[in-house]
Amino acid sequence: MTTTHPHPVIAAAPGLRDRRSNALREGWLIAGRDLLHWVREPWGLVFGLAFNLMLILMFGFLFGGAIEVPGGGDYISYLLPGMFALAMLFGLEGTMTAMAEDAKRGITDRFRSLPISSTSVALGRAIADLANSVLGLAVLMVGGLLIGWRPTTGPAEIALGVLLLLWLRFSLLWLGIFLGLRFRGAGATTAVQVLVWPIGFLSTVFVSAETMPGWLGVIASWNPVSATATAARELFGNPTGVTSGWLAEHAVLAASVWPLAITLVFLPLAATAYRRLRR
Amino acid sequence: MGASLHSPYAVRFKNNPVQRTLKESDTQKSGSNPSPTLEAAGLRKHYGRTQALDGFDLTVAAGTVHGLLGPNGAGKTTAVRCLTTLTELDEGTATIAGLAVRRRPRAVRERIGLVGQFHAVDEALTARQNLTLFARLSGLSKPKAVQRSEALLEAFALADAATRAVSGFSGGMRRRLDIAASLVLTPAILFLDEPTTGLDPRGRATVWQAVREVAAAGTTVLLTTQYLDEADQLADRISVMDHGRVIAEGTPAELKRRIGGDRVDAALADGGRLAEAARVVGDATGAETSVDRDTRTITVEVADGGKALTSIVRALDAASLEVDDLALRRPTLDEVFLHLTAPAEDRDTPRTALTSEEAR
Repeated sequence: MTTTHPHPVIAAAPGLRDRRSNALREGWLIAGRDLLHWVREPWGLVFGLAFNLMLILMFGFLFGGAIEVPGGGDYISYLLPGMFALAMLFGLEGTMTAMAEDAKRGITDRFRSLPISSTSVALGRAIADLANSVLGLAVLMVGGLLIGWRPTTGPAEIALGVLLLLWLRFSLLWLGIFLGLRFRGAGATTAVQVLVWPIGFLSTVFVSAETMPGWLGVIASWNPVSATATAARELFGNPTGVTSGWLAEHAVLAASVWPLAITLVFLPLAATAYRRLRR
Repeated sequence: MGASLHSPYAVRFKNNPVQRTLKESDTQKSGSNPSPTLEAAGLRKHYGRTQALDGFDLTVAAGTVHGLLGPNGAGKTTAVRCLTTLTELDEGTATIAGLAVRRRPRAVRERIGLVGQFHAVDEALTARQNLTLFARLSGLSKPKAVQRSEALLEAFALADAATRAVSGFSGGMRRRLDIAASLVLTPAILFLDEPTTGLDPRGRATVWQAVREVAAAGTTVLLTTQYLDEADQLADRISVMDHGRVIAEGTPAELKRRIGGDRVDAALADGGRLAEAARVVGDATGAETSVDRDTRTITVEVADGGKALTSIVRALDAASLEVDDLALRRPTLDEVFLHLTAPAEDRDTPRTALTSEEAR
């Protein structure tokens, strides 16, 4: 303290801290940062939501007239639950991009230099992205209702359907975090942005697997997105497009197990990738 | 710490274990024989086949500003990352405020502030939102985080820009915000990794001012830089780093003495009289001169640049030698390194070079 005028604020004493570290509180705070982004720069969010609505309109009206659903049923009613599942898959890009950007910009290092729990950063990402997906799902559902989609079952089934959709999104969080931390280059993000399309299309989101060539139908049926889409159709009382086979009987089971498997594989991998930032 | 006791921000909490430990380290700091805030010995870290840290030793005394000076690739950033728990060490021991960095990373993070090479603030948020976020993440309740953020904005001359998005900030403002965000908990040591790289002169000046204020407030600072004048301006002690280890250490004055003093460059108007001019300059200063024929420049190394400049001007004028340009400058980092690693030709063994030089 040899120099003159020590600034009272900069010199403020330690002892300010009045909360112990708590991963849930910290995760919530980190997620709050994303919510502020939505408010401050809403166009990214709005465009993302509008894009999914555009897909509904395009497939529902442009292609829909030419598509027949095996087992009967209206195409809009068939399409919407599929679109819900596809929106969950598309959320993957957002998770990966956000994770990679923060790591590149040094924000992740800033968080890592703070006395917070090591799980807070991932938890924050998970909360923010799930919130984003809940909002996206709500917008899609309202859009669907406007163009004639109707769930015909009771509240319990509908709630379970929504839950299974978010369960798929939850599992893809860990894949996104893993990819974002592991492959940070711009090329990797583009690769994922491109790859989600064939993965999304090689499913029963837009057309039933029964209308595809045999081998392609098998691939589409075993796509986790198809499992969730079929389960959601069943639970919302919409045409499933599945008249026979294992999935016809066990869609809800498949939509429960697939995300569990994805989580079991990629949650530990994401945790390892985060720890590897220390290398 | 007198100021802090009377500061409205020095809120005290009873039975707060975090505060108690911090107070203990404070007492140590103000004791008669203060233990160093940072001690590192034999740090090693490799990336693939690159040995980024190769027996790095450093001691930073409490309340001082320590400069870590070195060229790109010397290992400065790796050293900072290892000391701030961001990167795992291969070998060696490091303590911060008496806490082992490798064994107690969480406790260490409570006591450090880090301003990394990137502007680690959120571009989309305002300055206030950034500070409040980092304050709350550091464990402050909402009202206290808001109060602390306002105070820090004021202290770093950012109050007028508090509600603007950081994306519109100048480089200097971002750096200051970055520094403010690192001071939420008043760290035992603040790490600044090349705080002025990429800034314009004005931005650099404001960041220097911020660092001086942090230092004046009694916070220990470890600052890395590529610029000798920056270390000279800000640091109480300087460690020169190369190839992953410290090759020289001392106060700026000590290092300068070892490196040699100032340089005077005289660019002759007439290239034909270079040899004659070199002799004149040599006689006037009593020092050895070097000649660069391409730029018609005579360079002389002198202890006191101001005095030498006057004699050189007089001597050249007396000999009717016309100059295009006459400049007094500090040794460049290149010269510092060449000097510190001389006379050994193999720059991979700087230690030997230094020892032989000290033996002289």
